[in-house]
Amino acid sequence: MEEIRKRFIQGFFILIALIYVGRLFYLQVVDETYKLDAENNAIRELVQPAFRGLVYDRNKKLIVSNTVVYDLYVTPKKARVADTLRFCEIFGLTRTEFDSLTHLARIYSPVRPSLMLRQLSRQDYARVQDAMVDYPGFDFKVSALRTYDWKGMANALGYVGEISPERLQKLEDEGDDYYRQGDYVGVTGIERYYEDQLRGEKGIKYMMVNSRGAEKGSFKNGSHDKEPLAGKNLISSIDIELQAYADSLMQHKVGSVVAIEPSTGEVLAMVSAPTYDPSLLSGRTYSKYFQQLNLNPAHPLLNRPPSASYRPGSTFKIIQALVALQMGAISPGTGFGHGGSPINCSHNHPVASDVQRAIQYSCNPYFYQTYKRMIYNNSETNVFKKSAVGLQKWGDMVAKFGIGQSLEIDLPTERKGNLPNVAMYDKMYGGPSKAPLRWKFSNIASNSIGEGELLVSPLKVANVAAIIANRGWYIRPHLVKGVGKVGEVEEKYKEKVSVGIDRRHFDTVIGGMVAAVNNGTVSGDGRMSDIQMCGKTGTSQNRHGENHSIFMAFAPRENPKIAIAVFVENAGSGGAHAAPIASLCIEKYIKRRVDRKAIETKWMNKGYPLNIIRTTTPKTDNSKSTNVKKDSVIQKVDEELFLTTPQSVPLIGAEKPTTIKIPMKPKR
Amino acid sequence: MARQEKISKNLDWITVLLFIVCVVVGWMNIYAAIYNPENPLWIGDPGFFDSNAGKQLVWIGTTVLLIIAILVIDYRFYETTAFFIYGFFIFMLLAVFVVGAEIKGSHSWIRIGSFQIQPAEFAKMATALAVAKYVSTPLVNLSRFKDQFNVALIILVPPILILLSQETGVALVFAGFMILLYREGLPGVYPAALLSVIILFVLSLIYPIWQVFIGIAVLTGLVIWILPRYERKTRNIFLIIGIAFAMGIFVTGVDWAINNVLQEHQRNRIKVLIDPEFDRKKTGYNVRQAKIAIGSGGLLGKGFLQGTQTKFDFVPEQSTDFIFCTVGEEEGFAGSLLVVGLFLGLLLRVIYLAERQKSRFARVYGYGVVSILFFHFLVNIGMTIGLMPVIGIPLPFFSYGGSSLWSFSILLFIFLKIDAHRTQVLSRW
Repeated sequence: MEEIRKRFIQGFFILIALIYVGRLFYLQVVDETYKLDAENNAIRELVQPAFRGLVYDRNKKLIVSNTVVYDLYVTPKKARVADTLRFCEIFGLTRTEFDSLTHLARIYSPVRPSLMLRQLSRQDYARVQDAMVDYPGFDFKVSALRTYDWKGMANALGYVGEISPERLQKLEDEGDDYYRQGDYVGVTGIERYYEDQLRGEKGIKYMMVNSRGAEKGSFKNGSHDKEPLAGKNLISSIDIELQAYADSLMQHKVGSVVAIEPSTGEVLAMVSAPTYDPSLLSGRTYSKYFQQLNLNPAHPLLNRPPSASYRPGSTFKIIQALVALQMGAISPGTGFGHGGSPINCSHNHPVASDVQRAIQYSCNPYFYQTYKRMIYNNSETNVFKKSAVGLQKWGDMVAKFGIGQSLEIDLPTERKGNLPNVAMYDKMYGGPSKAPLRWKFSNIASNSIGEGELLVSPLKVANVAAIIANRGWYIRPHLVKGVGKVGEVEEKYKEKVSVGIDRRHFDTVIGGMVAAVNNGTVSGDGRMSDIQMCGKTGTSQNRHGENHSIFMAFAPRENPKIAIAVFVENAGSGGAHAAPIASLCIEKYIKRRVDRKAIETKWMNKGYPLNIIRTTTPKTDNSKSTNVKKDSVIQKVDEELFLTTPQSVPLIGAEKPTTIKIPMKPKR
Repeated sequence: MARQEKISKNLDWITVLLFIVCVVVGWMNIYAAIYNPENPLWIGDPGFFDSNAGKQLVWIGTTVLLIIAILVIDYRFYETTAFFIYGFFIFMLLAVFVVGAEIKGSHSWIRIGSFQIQPAEFAKMATALAVAKYVSTPLVNLSRFKDQFNVALIILVPPILILLSQETGVALVFAGFMILLYREGLPGVYPAALLSVIILFVLSLIYPIWQVFIGIAVLTGLVIWILPRYERKTRNIFLIIGIAFAMGIFVTGVDWAINNVLQEHQRNRIKVLIDPEFDRKKTGYNVRQAKIAIGSGGLLGKGFLQGTQTKFDFVPEQSTDFIFCTVGEEEGFAGSLLVVGLFLGLLLRVIYLAERQKSRFARVYGYGVVSILFFHFLVNIGMTIGLMPVIGIPLPFFSYGGSSLWSFSILLFIFLKIDAHRTQVLSRW
């Protein structure tokens, strides 16, 4: 009996021990989940942001760089602020701000550091260093701030800012899990277009933490850590000196300058006036300035070169002449008088007896006749059908110049503009059921001189100048000529695109452009004695105020180095206003200096009255609304144009912005 | 006094060795549990003796002195004064109500200078002595109700007093004496009843009371149904139904007690066993963190002082009640196996020693040592691996704490002292 009971007790002990060993084997060897749980407990991943890539200009001058700044973190449990008043003074805080910041930090975690102040400059950091001894629990962490060594080209460069929740969601849906809330990302311009190249790779640091979340050193001496990899640098095609020069010429004005190297399609300068200091939108000052810029009636945030739309005006006559010559609608020697045209010339000039003279004097009736010949240059007998077929053929050829198409520039906000086509006019004149019997050539005749429904951006006009300079082809314009160390560039920026016009026709129109500069529509200020510029003026009609002044050109005549388009809003005729600016830019680029100092000073200081035409709220605009209703199509086109309606205060730098309270649609 | 032999010759050195290994490994794990990588303290560093590891070293030193004292005292002293010692600790347990200091919510400590002593820890040893003394009285037979009653009285008085001073865990340890009583001839129905009570208790905690009733009814029917024809007498059937009724009444009582007597945290500690996700933040936290620490150890562990859960305080009470987590995390399955093996070896060794005693007192006391050690082992390791409810009792020789180390060492070495003199005892049986 006792022996059995002894055995029973021994057996019971052994059984319990076996159960425990079995359980331990399961917990420790079989079940792997606890290892993961333990890591989640004690190891925290700290993401190390990577430095964004830098941006250089074509001559290796640094345009965009990173500055080291210091973020202030507070660990509430360790924090001791003996003299709150002095602390607030040092950091420029009010007592309420201090209280709310520390309160938020305490809510987040008493033992983990919370971000308190962002982006203290090196000077501020040095200034507060000594005082920090009195304030334990406050730490600085190094971070980067986008910095701009040149004050121009804000819109083309774009800015970086905290990623928006929508974009974060969108990228996550696309399977890109790079970003976390609060990360910086390129918002506009090439910062956005080249985001994937610029952003680099984040590093990861594994830290051990205790049960209360306080850091306790690196995990396995950092053997699992990953160093952040800085983003790739960009070599921009921009010539920053030319850019700065063009910026200075465009002060007190609203408009654009786009310069392209014809042989490569590289954009040499891209001015959007008015401009602003790009560092205003970088870092802490963003919230302060963004609204001011956004509400400014001159739309400084609009990147005009690729995104603004204007009627091309007379610059379009070059394309008309080339297409007509190619079609055989006219020959180089064809001449037209002023008679029989509903569109007349506002100026007197000798008879346009051939194409060159027509271009030289920018003769409106000549191109009316030319356009008419092109439209009616087919075998249809019905005048409506004839117009439709003719417009289609003409449109196909014009489209090759990029009109109404995307040029696929490396910017996120390019607008296609408008090339009117059959479907559009059908819709305009009563819908497809009634068309094509509702419109004919006389309805679309305004196109002949670049008015009517045509819309182009300054970038497109500059590209047209490059096409002419190249005598028939172009490379898609782009702002970045190399990414990273090897300087790779997208394939589409290497490919030559032909416009389908014979080379000899270019020689014909270039002759006209030379004559226009030397002895035609271009004023004296736009002529250079030592460089042969070939150009064409344009005056873009604007029903809301003074016409926009346009000029496109390239130089020199042989082996062109630069093609340029200048748009000055509300300045009047192209020859008198835009052409001198273009000529100064060309001189600067080719000679690296400008000898015509008097002209330079004159045009730098010139300004144009700005008339704010309309706001999006009808209340401030009663007088116009009845007018607008009558012609809805025109209204639509006007709204495109309206984008570029100017304002008087130049915006270079960050002067105190005008507080004109006019509600505006934010257009960027 | 007959032959006077050297104590060193007769002492059971195997048990002493197991004891030393337990204490040394235990101390190393305490050191690991309180180890702070930013401020590693070693002997001699200022502040070392303020840490648990340093204090435990002092406790170990004093324990050695105590052991020497025990081995020097005449072996007959313990048997002779058993009831006196028992009475003294009953007095101490009463005294804490008057002069007790409150530590961690329980009034069970007596403070002498900077030292604190918990009489409850020593009451276990005293009770073992008293039970051994009573059971070894000539003509005492545990199958008799009168003797059963007297033994129950001796065993139950201390835990009732301890319960009143809010030390539930220590009080429960006295249930372990069932092993001693079973060995000494208590009818098997008692441990069976105790087991049934525990099972019913847990069941009524998990399931609604009506489900438990249905379960009992179905079980009763089944038992009657499978009863062989020749046993199916009216008397037996009534007996079974009677037991079922008793169960029903017990369950009702438990249900009432759970809702009215048990405190919230005590209920939760049992519920968390069944559902690990239950009350994850508070009660569940301990159990979960303990399992994570042990489970992340793997086969060979993370290495001494390398346990992330241990170093960074994820497991509460890690140097005391949850010391086994340190073993599990840093030494892995291999270390856990060693510790379980150490305890099993110790228990089986003490059983072996107890069985070879000529004196009944010595044997019963030996089983008292086994009972107490086993209950601590069962509950302490069981709670860290989620097989037992969280009851705050230490792992013998491992856990930090002077009272517990002293009391377990005294408990064990009194037995070893008696065992060393076993040949001098003239058997009274």
